[in-house]
Amino acid sequence: MHDSWQDRLSEYVDDELNADERLALESHLAECATCRALLAELQQVVQRAGALSDRAPDRDLWPDIASRLEKSGSVVDIATRRAVPRRVSFSVPQLVAAAVVLMAVSAGAVWLTMTSSSTPGEPGVSSGGPATVVTAVAVTEYDAAVAALEQELAARRSSLDRTTVAVLEENLRIIDEAIEEARAALERDPGNTYLNQHLAQTMWGKVRLLRRATGLTPLAS
Amino acid sequence: MENDAADARSAAGGDERAFERLYRRHVPRIHSLARRMMGPEDADEATQEAFVRAWEKLGTFRAESAFGTWLHRLSINVFLGRRAAEARRKDRVVTGDDVMGRMSGVQDRPDLSMDFETAIGRLPPGARKVFVLHDVEGFKHREIAELLEVNEGTSKAQLHRARTMLRRYLEA
Repeated sequence: MHDSWQDRLSEYVDDELNADERLALESHLAECATCRALLAELQQVVQRAGALSDRAPDRDLWPDIASRLEKSGSVVDIATRRAVPRRVSFSVPQLVAAAVVLMAVSAGAVWLTMTSSSTPGEPGVSSGGPATVVTAVAVTEYDAAVAALEQELAARRSSLDRTTVAVLEENLRIIDEAIEEARAALERDPGNTYLNQHLAQTMWGKVRLLRRATGLTPLAS
Repeated sequence: MENDAADARSAAGGDERAFERLYRRHVPRIHSLARRMMGPEDADEATQEAFVRAWEKLGTFRAESAFGTWLHRLSINVFLGRRAAEARRKDRVVTGDDVMGRMSGVQDRPDLSMDFETAIGRLPPGARKVFVLHDVEGFKHREIAELLEVNEGTSKAQLHRARTMLRRYLEA
């Protein structure tokens, strides 16, 4: 036999009835063995559900997942390179830009082709042939560009998300280290085209990151 | 968990090994959720999809919340979004009322060889999702209504329906 109270029993179990409804249902339960039995079973179902334990899949799903990660373009695969914290305040284009920079500064991990040339207008680098090279004049231009961007970033710093600023500073620190390492290596081996190109691209990477940073949207006040 | 936070940061930077560690720690929970929400047939594929989506969305993870909580919520959204698979499942297995007949309508001889978890997987999709989210995962009807885009009354009715059907499998 079905009565209208049966449909309210789950709400009773979950303590979702108002005081009047609860009182009325309890009066009904005192007289209805069917509803009492059903109530007891529903309470057991809830108890059983809450006691379910988790278990791992029967087979290892990781190999399939890993193969799908490689096809995913959303996170740059730099697993074997220097791990750099990436926080959440960048937009996707900004993250892509940062990832490009990180790839550029991971010396030894990124294969820089020897035939690439600089982008016209990049400060700090110039095309002196098939490879991008750093010249004294270019370095002067680079320093000026970086100084201007850093000044602009400093002026906007207080309006940006603190986490974003922290990530930026960490990335800039890594880039600066890479630049210093490349410069030191070049002093020991001035004719090394690879090092020259690597330095130029790393410097350009810093400028790009700074440009991105100065274009970040300030926090809403 | 501190390990989670560190691995999530590394994984967000592209470290697959860190992401594998996160997978190892969390796959029992996510696969169990998938098995209950999607049924055992789709659980592996749904779990894989959830982790791939997590990899893609790591940039949106905020360290102030637990990674497990973030992954759990993301997985639920992935599973709920697998409507095509759900439709295939409905066609292949049952429609809601058919299941009622199979599970509780045959009151004289319910298939008690079916264990409780399997019985959850055989619930009609609407009732199954509400039951798993409410009774297993601890969501409120208000949250479930938002996730499933139904009203709270529907969520309550589906929950009662699921519990009523499942009570026959308590001993399994």
